[in-house]
Amino acid sequence: MESPLTIIIPVRILEQIHAHGEQAYPEEGAGLMLGLEDETGRSIKSLLFLENAREEDARHNRYLITADDMLAGERSAEDLGLSILGIFHSHPDHPNQPSEFDREYAIPWYSYLITSIQAGKAVGSKCWRLREDRSGFFSEQIDLAD
Amino acid sequence: MPTLKIPTPLRPYTSGESAITLPGKTVAELLQAAVQRHPELKKHLFNDDNQLRPFVNLFLKEENVNHLGGLDTPLAEEDTVLIIPSIAGG
Repeated sequence: MESPLTIIIPVRILEQIHAHGEQAYPEEGAGLMLGLEDETGRSIKSLLFLENAREEDARHNRYLITADDMLAGERSAEDLGLSILGIFHSHPDHPNQPSEFDREYAIPWYSYLITSIQAGKAVGSKCWRLREDRSGFFSEQIDLAD
Repeated sequence: MPTLKIPTPLRPYTSGESAITLPGKTVAELLQAAVQRHPELKKHLFNDDNQLRPFVNLFLKEENVNHLGGLDTPLAEEDTVLIIPSIAGG
């Protein structure tokens, strides 16, 4: 499970994630990554941009995707013949490393893509997965595709 | 018997099964039957105090069971309960 894992993300999709994070700044933006997985790895095909459901005064350092949004996301993914493979969210003026809060609430298996937004500009993304014992995250390599 | 649908992230703990048919007259009984059959599932559904983890949500007929009778919501033989995670972080 913790051997180097790779996730393929088309450049245009990563650009959309960055734009969404910049638009949400100074709050955190979030959404779902839909795609396909086989024995060779994961490939992201589409995004679902969602409202950060946290209360307004918490949205600068917290995000929430509600169960209702996840249920709707599952339905959308099914309609497209895809699965929810992960979640993207932004860290305004913070690095793209998972926070302790991220770890506490993370779910195994999902890919967590974090984008650092510095002074309103996306400066880079990294992808992570929760360890089986919930002790922390390990890195998932992003391979950019055309 | 009612059916419990398992979201993709939890299928590694149910031998890959996406839906499990189990005995249970309430949502709580259905969950207990699920963790008895697949003990690995327990730590991801319940915390150390045996409380449902905050990101675990249960839906019956498109309705969150919190808006019905919670874990005591009665189930009919043909009912399907969905486990839907909510996602939080910072």
